[in-house]
Amino acid sequence: MRDFVGDARILSDITSLHNALVARVLEGEGRASSEIRRGAFANDGLAEPVRTFVDKGAHRAKTVTDADISTLRKAGLSEDEIYEIVVCAAIGQATRQYQNALAALSAATGRT
Amino acid sequence: MFILIRVFSGHPVVDAVKLALYRPSFYRVGGLTQEAMRGPSDWSVADRELMAAYVSKINETEFCVAAHTATASLAFNDGAKVSAALADLDSAPLTEALRATLRMLGKLTRENNIDAADIRRVLASGVSEHQIRDALAVAFAFNVTDRLADVFGFAVDDPAAINAGAKYLLARGYR
Repeated sequence: MRDFVGDARILSDITSLHNALVARVLEGEGRASSEIRRGAFANDGLAEPVRTFVDKGAHRAKTVTDADISTLRKAGLSEDEIYEIVVCAAIGQATRQYQNALAALSAATGRT
Repeated sequence: MFILIRVFSGHPVVDAVKLALYRPSFYRVGGLTQEAMRGPSDWSVADRELMAAYVSKINETEFCVAAHTATASLAFNDGAKVSAALADLDSAPLTEALRATLRMLGKLTRENNIDAADIRRVLASGVSEHQIRDALAVAFAFNVTDRLADVFGFAVDDPAAINAGAKYLLARGYR
């Protein structure tokens, strides 16, 4: 097995792009409050009906229906707010997976 | 203007390009996806497109499965290989390195967690540490995109449009 650690070739690294993406959706300009965006990202600390919607988006995205979105609209959320909540929920769950896997990689290799 | 969410359009008109063009100041993932899918790596473009299709298959995201099955098939110039990998990973004609990596990405996507033993199995198949990082970047990009495609109800295009999209992704990438 070749080991590219220390190899002079430039290989991909999405770390800075990932950090920038997360910072932009959580702290950048948006319609939804920072609190709700952070809650959607973390899938934690949200009130209904957003709580159930975010959990579906994180774990069962395929089961989200028009009715789920209508429920959010009736609760007073705008299209833009719903859009931002979905994006934060998706990036949050994918980030937890990604960081879990990087921790497993560090544990396996003894490197961080 | 707002065409992403089905309930407002009345029918599923959503596609990946519209999502990419919608409010890019808020959600702009093209640079990350381009780096993961086309940046310098010891995985080929075809390998990474197959990873995208495989992660999307685990998520059951029809739009992304179709798009990246077509792109991987074109990149490998071997549709049968891609179909076999998606149908039965264990028996598909893949290198052990790619098979072990896809298995690990599948577990991560399905269960949200993997452990050091899962990683060691991939390393033992001859995959480098950096290749694992690169594969995890692909999985991240598609675990985001698949969720958006599902929630926003991306419509699965007809085969001609899917193939045109695959050619575009190979020629131009994700920016």
